[in-house]
Amino acid sequence: MIEVRDLVVERGRRRVLHGISCVVPAGSVTGLLGPSGSGKTTLIRAVVGVQIVRSGSVTVLGKPAGSAALRRSVGYVTQAPSVYADLSVRENARYFAALYGLGATEADQAVADVGLKDAAGQLVGNLSGGQRSRASLACAMIGKPQLLVLDEPTVGQDPVLRAELWGRFHALAAAGTTLLVSSHVMDEAGRCDRLLLIRDGLIIGDDTPAAIRADAGTDDLEEAFLRLIRSQQGAAA
Amino acid sequence: MIALATTGRILRQLRHDRRTVALLLVVPALLLTLLYFMYEDTPHTFDRIALIMLGIFPFTIMFLVTSIAMLRERTSGTLERLLTTPLRKTDLLFGYGLAFSLAAVVQGAVATGVAYGLLGLDTSASAGLILLIAVVDAVLGVAIGLLCSAFARTEFQAVQFLPVVVVPQILLCGLFVPRSQMAGWLQAISDVLPLTYAVDALGSAGATMWRDVTIVAGAAVVALILAAATLRRRTP
Repeated sequence: MIEVRDLVVERGRRRVLHGISCVVPAGSVTGLLGPSGSGKTTLIRAVVGVQIVRSGSVTVLGKPAGSAALRRSVGYVTQAPSVYADLSVRENARYFAALYGLGATEADQAVADVGLKDAAGQLVGNLSGGQRSRASLACAMIGKPQLLVLDEPTVGQDPVLRAELWGRFHALAAAGTTLLVSSHVMDEAGRCDRLLLIRDGLIIGDDTPAAIRADAGTDDLEEAFLRLIRSQQGAAA
Repeated sequence: MIALATTGRILRQLRHDRRTVALLLVVPALLLTLLYFMYEDTPHTFDRIALIMLGIFPFTIMFLVTSIAMLRERTSGTLERLLTTPLRKTDLLFGYGLAFSLAAVVQGAVATGVAYGLLGLDTSASAGLILLIAVVDAVLGVAIGLLCSAFARTEFQAVQFLPVVVVPQILLCGLFVPRSQMAGWLQAISDVLPLTYAVDALGSAGATMWRDVTIVAGAAVVALILAAATLRRRTP
């Protein structure tokens, strides 16, 4: 589904990704976890094809990332909610629906799916941060993309809604959608089918949560992440 | 289709911002009224200046509004997102062009209505033709605004493009000093500034007027093409 090979990205003079290679399988929820500043957003931008890359390749659905043919099949939710603050939730959704040649029915469905039915008539600018990012999520789900790339979609959501959103992600994956979800909160890692652990622009773990726990010899993913970092630093020293 | 949806979206954004709509519609008419009282004793001067202002107002205002609107699109992340959807760059630019041109039609209708109806503006060309030229001038403002927004990172910077890009054109368009009395080199600069033709069109008639309008429209198209080149799907 997504294949990243030897990806090197520089932003300004800083090298942000140091030759990353990984694969995201189809029909699963893959979590991209790492501390802030580790290169999550840069990797995500490379996958949706908006990042200028120095070298290496990113292939999505068999095509180079960012190809015109992929624009119908990849949905992208940026970290800061990229919806129009001076439009209502419904108006935002209907505009994004129109970009995919879809109508009001699909737009209103997506708004209901993220739990914003009652707030549909409100201006996005008047919503809470959590509601705003759900509005942004709704706009990405409308086109029923084969790949959904979500940059920290659950930040600021209340625990009940967060659980609902993860439920929805898994329902989408069960229906065949592939999801790449970034997060800096380790307690979300356990909800993913697969994990990509990223730190300082390097992938330090790429497996199922169970395998990562087993390898590190701990049930706690946060602790497992720590042990992975230490073993890497030990190997480097 | 996507372009029209974009136009609709921009007009809806505008509709939610009632104060901006009110300012867009009322300010040019108010400024014309101010001119009327300034030149109460010399109606011919009022006719000359008000006519030129009917072209300068839509150009300036639409330049400002568009460059800020497009800058917001860039800084809010919506532009990055839009460029990952099936939307083409021309859809976006056409959407903006059409939306603000429609706003300019309404604005121009109010301004010319007040100028001819209440203030007794007297011109050789008909009010309808003047309105048409005013709208073409607004389109030029929109196109240059879309282009300039690419060179601003903040709204502070975007506003600074007004004195850089718009004011020199107003100074050299023949409003303050007739172009025939300018030094040669100033005239040469004035010759390549599109607003010169926008103002010239208002005062002329027949073939010259249509030539001027064509030049202004051509300059708008060139600015739109350059603006399209500044929209990058991939950024550093």
